Amino acid sequence: MVDVALWSGLRPLVGGRDSVTVEGGTVGEILTALRRDHPALGPTLDAGVSVVVDGRVIAASLTEPVHPDSEVVLMMRLKGG
Amino acid sequence: MALDSSKTTGFKYVGTRPDRPDGFDKVTGRAKFGADATAPGMLFAAIKRSPHAHARILRIDTTKALAMEGVKAVVTRADFATGLTGENWNILENVMAGDTALYDGHAVAAVAATSALSARDAMKAIEVEYEILPHVTDVDKAMEPGAPVIRTGAADASVPEGLHPNVVRYHESGHGDVEAGFAEADLVIEDHFVTEATHQGYIEPHACLGTLGADGKGELWCCTQGHWNVQKVCAALLGLETSQLRVTASEIGGGFGGKTTVFIEPVALALSRKANRPVKLVMTRAEVFKASGPTSSTSMDVRIGMKTDGTITAAEGVFRLQGGAFPGAPMEFTAMCAFAPYDLKHVRQVGYDVLTNRPKQAAYRAPGSPMAAFAVESVIDELCKKLDLDPIDTRLKNASHEGTRASFGPKWPRIGLVETLEAAKAHPHYTAPLAPGQGRGISCGFWFNHGGETSVSLAMSEDGSAQIMVGTPDIGGSRASMALMAAEVLGIPYENIRCTIADTASLGYNEISHGSRVTYASGLATIKAAEAAVEELCARAAAKWGIPEDAVYWEDGCAKPSGPNAGDFEPLPIAEITATMGATGGPINGHFEATPEGAGVSFATHIVDAEVDRETGSTKVVRYTVVQDAGKAVHPTYVEGQFQGGAAQGIGWALNEEYIYGEDGRLQNAGFLDYRIPVASDLPMIDTVIVEVPNPGHPFGVRGVGETSICPPLAAIANAVSAAAGVRMRQLPMRPSRILEALDSAADG
Repeated sequence: MVDVALWSGLRPLVGGRDSVTVEGGTVGEILTALRRDHPALGPTLDAGVSVVVDGRVIAASLTEPVHPDSEVVLMMRLKGG
Repeated sequence: MALDSSKTTGFKYVGTRPDRPDGFDKVTGRAKFGADATAPGMLFAAIKRSPHAHARILRIDTTKALAMEGVKAVVTRADFATGLTGENWNILENVMAGDTALYDGHAVAAVAATSALSARDAMKAIEVEYEILPHVTDVDKAMEPGAPVIRTGAADASVPEGLHPNVVRYHESGHGDVEAGFAEADLVIEDHFVTEATHQGYIEPHACLGTLGADGKGELWCCTQGHWNVQKVCAALLGLETSQLRVTASEIGGGFGGKTTVFIEPVALALSRKANRPVKLVMTRAEVFKASGPTSSTSMDVRIGMKTDGTITAAEGVFRLQGGAFPGAPMEFTAMCAFAPYDLKHVRQVGYDVLTNRPKQAAYRAPGSPMAAFAVESVIDELCKKLDLDPIDTRLKNASHEGTRASFGPKWPRIGLVETLEAAKAHPHYTAPLAPGQGRGISCGFWFNHGGETSVSLAMSEDGSAQIMVGTPDIGGSRASMALMAAEVLGIPYENIRCTIADTASLGYNEISHGSRVTYASGLATIKAAEAAVEELCARAAAKWGIPEDAVYWEDGCAKPSGPNAGDFEPLPIAEITATMGATGGPINGHFEATPEGAGVSFATHIVDAEVDRETGSTKVVRYTVVQDAGKAVHPTYVEGQFQGGAAQGIGWALNEEYIYGEDGRLQNAGFLDYRIPVASDLPMIDTVIVEVPNPGHPFGVRGVGETSICPPLAAIANAVSAAAGVRMRQLPMRPSRILEALDSAADG
């Protein structure tokens, strides 16, 4: 199980919690679990998010490994100029 | 053999300053830009644009235009794909209006003819009947109750109930209890800041040459930061199979984020499909201003609490951005970058993405971040003044560093903010005396940087030279950087390597040249591709010597036996291996495809001296120093150029540049005569200090450098001007009339 920290705009969608715990060993599995366990997050996930794993911003790769003690933070998807 | 080129010291080629590979072509005029392409039978196109800020399109009559001599085709929205959703729909709606013109300059029809003059005349003959609708171009007014609704139902699920329908996205992040933090402060300052929309100001207008047949096969030459994205979007907008459209990127005369999307390319292809002829389409400068993608304008409120010793106890910001008539204003980046330089126990940031009757915004170097820095760093400057604190020491006291929690959530990995602040403090500029009438300003700035999908191919030639094919258009010297990184791995001179930007039919997918990703991601892929070639070169040497492959290593462009036990062989130079490669196993190449996810963020600290003429309100930047963490400067001259370019654009943004809309909602200054970008005489020599805190996610430690340099200038200049004028400047640009108003207001008490 992995704790996933949410930006505060998402907290009303999960009962006010600042993080949720889901199962998953990769970024892709975590996103799938978030969508399954917390359907209210679906539109946000569909719009695109980045996942920060232990300080590394994972912008696209679903195969990046995540460990139970990893710090995982959802972030709005990055782009640039 | 062990192949791991990761290193941060001991470089032979990386970190040197060889001549740029595109220099000869550019100074002799041989380089081909967007408008330089021609084709037999080519037609010229012109676009009919709305003269209204907001109007329902009742009727488009193309009869007269089509009857004119030389006119071969006219297209309207009916000539594009239907059934699109999401961002593809937004892009199509921007490229060619549907039933409503959403801003002054919005395309409503286009024509192709045998000459540019005929096309322009025919464009004027297209009759459009409008029903004018109420408009709004100001971000605050667009949020007010009763403001014209630009599009119903555009808001996504993030928007809280009760907001105006023009608010289409909402972001809130942070941690701690800001009110508790403010209660701990000895001084709390809250202020309101405004910035106007600006344009990237690239010198080359958008230009393309498109050919599309009835068989659904097409060719497109265009000026872009990302031709795979152009391919994908054009295919969607025209209902094509993506792979049937080959896109080639021209040389690019500036992009800065403004060429990361499409504006005219689908139109040229639609006209070509209808006329069955190649179609060339080049924007005028007025069209570039009116109908490409400027920045957002902003309205911001920032509150920061500080103790007398300089400790920041809490920070809060509300950032409202308009991004034109479409969702996408980068308010989440404004919010997330705002307080990123600081280690804060209590922080909250809120962003609003607001629709207005303006063109669809596009990225501009670190989109959203410079405005945030302007607001936040101005308040910190004011706190330092009121509490009599040194601005760099105060920032050092609160600086983010490895292990502290970022304002937007995660803990920082290794970052270089402290190093930039220390280098700025040690720079002679920081303690140099100021002349009367001058003021000094400091600011920090932050940008994330990015990785993204990347493909690189490297091919050895028989003479031992190498060619690299990358898919990221060279907007900042990347061909030189790729050649240097490949030279480092291959051990051959920089001059023996040619780097080319491949077209979409010649290489795998590549994300756009954006997010300061090219030297990081294409560079990483180049290193890996070169390593793959080296592995094969070693294998050929091993076969020749009759020893195991792992008994061979690569050094200084030669295969060498790894030790006495491997055998006594003279080093085998690369050219001897490649000379016989056809007979020893075939061509020797390397390639690498990945989505690198180890991009390193970067921070900068800028020092600015400005002088204000209190009679005229004129401002001059008299000294400027950029200090920025590059991770590793592969070609330091280009890195310094990026630093200087960001500062120069920031000077324009801070002092003069702005989109000016009239009461009628029309843009008043769509040309460089009235939209004043800085020229050489406006700029001081811009000093640079390259800080190198290696990014562990890149083999040579590279971080992106292209965007962070525009994050601090607005604030650093505003702080300098405020110090020189003796009055806090809260609105950009700080044009002379605004300076005089501020001075008068201060004099009135």
